[in-house]
Amino acid sequence: MKFGHHIFERNVIILAVAILITVSIGGLVQLVPLYTMEQTIEQVEGMRPYSPLELAGRNIYVREGCYACHSQQIRPFRDEIERYGHYSLAAESLYDHPFQWGSKRTGPDLARVGGKYSNDWHVAHFVDPRGIVPETIMPAYPFFATKALRFHNIADHLRSLRVVGVPYTDEQIDNAVRDLRAQATGAGDVEGLLARYPKAVVGSFDGDPSRITELDAVIAYLQMLGTLVDFTVYEPERDFR
Amino acid sequence: MSAVSATAAAVEGPPAYNEDVIKKFTLATVFWGVVGFLVGVYIALQLAYPQLNLGLEWFTFGRLRPVHTSAVIFAFGGNALIATSLYCVQRTCRASLWGGPAFANFVFWGYQAFIVMAAAGYVLGITQGKEYAEPEWYVDLWLTIVWVSYLVIFVGTLMRRREPHIYVANWFFLAFIVTIAMLHLVNNAAVPVSLAGTKSYIVWSGVQDAMTQWWYGHNAVGFFLTAGFLGIMYYFIPKQAERPIYSYRLSIVHFWTLIFLYIWAGPHHLHYTALPEWAQTLGMVFSIMLWMPSWGGMINGIMTLSGAWDKLRTDPVLRFMVASVAFYGMATFEGPMMSIRAVNSLSHYTDWTIGHVHSGALGWVAFISFGAVYYLVPRLWQQPRLYSVRLVNWHFWISTLGIILYITAMWISGIMQGLMWRAYDSLGFLQYSFIETVAAMHPYYVIRALGGVLFFAGSLIMVYNLWRTIRGDLRTEAAVQTPVRVAAAPAE
Repeated sequence: MKFGHHIFERNVIILAVAILITVSIGGLVQLVPLYTMEQTIEQVEGMRPYSPLELAGRNIYVREGCYACHSQQIRPFRDEIERYGHYSLAAESLYDHPFQWGSKRTGPDLARVGGKYSNDWHVAHFVDPRGIVPETIMPAYPFFATKALRFHNIADHLRSLRVVGVPYTDEQIDNAVRDLRAQATGAGDVEGLLARYPKAVVGSFDGDPSRITELDAVIAYLQMLGTLVDFTVYEPERDFR
Repeated sequence: MSAVSATAAAVEGPPAYNEDVIKKFTLATVFWGVVGFLVGVYIALQLAYPQLNLGLEWFTFGRLRPVHTSAVIFAFGGNALIATSLYCVQRTCRASLWGGPAFANFVFWGYQAFIVMAAAGYVLGITQGKEYAEPEWYVDLWLTIVWVSYLVIFVGTLMRRREPHIYVANWFFLAFIVTIAMLHLVNNAAVPVSLAGTKSYIVWSGVQDAMTQWWYGHNAVGFFLTAGFLGIMYYFIPKQAERPIYSYRLSIVHFWTLIFLYIWAGPHHLHYTALPEWAQTLGMVFSIMLWMPSWGGMINGIMTLSGAWDKLRTDPVLRFMVASVAFYGMATFEGPMMSIRAVNSLSHYTDWTIGHVHSGALGWVAFISFGAVYYLVPRLWQQPRLYSVRLVNWHFWISTLGIILYITAMWISGIMQGLMWRAYDSLGFLQYSFIETVAAMHPYYVIRALGGVLFFAGSLIMVYNLWRTIRGDLRTEAAVQTPVRVAAAPAE
């Protein structure tokens, strides 16, 4: 009783409120400044929201739990930069709801996998990973190639993302389905697509332009990962934190 | 207490405790434990033998891994926590559960529905994609209702207590319930694409989402898997050892420091990432400080055996509990060490983390739960004792061997992998391609799976033992070890 602790031991409400205050402090100190400090996210050239097809691919990446084995976060170490490329910036996951940095590298980091392998390589690797890399322990995803991509409500996805802060324009939302088709087939208003989503990789990713499959979307997503920021004009000193 | 009220209490006797719902939660603990361990063994084997992914979407590692983590943390661990907390709060308050049996049953069936909805979603590919917070928005809303009901029952029972003081175990249970509610609500804030659909988008993004996620994720460890299970320790170890808690003062100091410091530790999951360095440093410093209150709890648990150490030789149930606290001490030393940035640069992204998690999850969480379940079942089903104490002994040693295989395999594979990633040859090139590091893991993945099989086998022994106990069978058997009589004074 010497330290007066009986106040907490004799009144449930006081105990509960004291607990709530005690456990709130750390989170407030660590979370709130991330939203208020301008240096949290670097100023970079080239970041843009995901195109509809890339977004559909990203949703498949999330659905399959790829983050359980693949990180998307390159640390600033010599070996990681040589193996994977420039270390990851906060700005590069600016539009990621949720973030997919991961916590385990059972497989390699994918933050900059875009452009490293051909579409054909990805197609063969998803369908039969051990046919390409005999020692790999990645699951096979042959069903990506056969499942038609569901995208009739892709505009609703863009709209929901706008609610949580991704700056999709009305034009982007109105053209969502057309843009998705154009990117996955190379046909249609490709010029408009590239104006709305600069650097978007266009083409039939799974090799079959007659239909749009989940494989098209996943590969479109992988092929853009880490390619948006222009590092030739990036000055890290400016963002020293 | 006056003579009159003492007599009144004697006439009244203990209140009619609601043990029916405790029985259900106890059975659910055992059931989900077995399910979770089995899925764990399966996905461990998938990493050693990838053909086991079967090329079917419902059986891939990516979809089954959250089934395993949710089954062991939220289904096995969660049911164990609710069973023990509702048992403990009734007895330490000498009051039956607030809200009556129907409300308690709602929490039971509501919680099981949460588990089934979450797991079915993962297999079908419905996930938020946030570790340990994978259930989608509709499951999160349902869990919120169930969790608030649980909080109301727990607090309501504390309020109608007939003891002047709230017992220390209940502080930990209360901190666990309140904090999990806070973490759950903030981390899962999401906007559904359509009210008729399953998909939603998390409100937070990028670096802020990362910080929010690991504020949640590390405190799922800190409050679900630590504070809650310390509540179990504070009730069941003194009961099983028949000794009072070692230090009341230590329990106060370590309770408040533990819950204050834990919440800061999240950023150690984000060392060297795009999270600002000030936040990483805070996470590291608080993680290291956390070592002290963690060991305060360990000391309080283990030293409760003062004067009863001999029971470790004769009582395998107590041995489960004490070994769990020892594993807790080990894991809470290893954790702060791994949160040091220089160590983390090697350990992060490797199997070392997986091994660390499992020394806590298997050694601490599961062992203290096994101890509590072995304590509860004969009492709840009104049997004089367990069917077989010797089988508890078998369970203990088989599981311990399994854990040792598991964590040593992961230490070796994790450290080896970390070193291979950063190895350079004499010409200044990276020495190993990534796939060479994957191939090097294979033997350790086989050993890890073997450890998992042993742990799973141990749990089946427990199921058999509990089933026979509930049936009312008593095995005729010799004591585990005859106590050695030590002369207290020279013979002559």
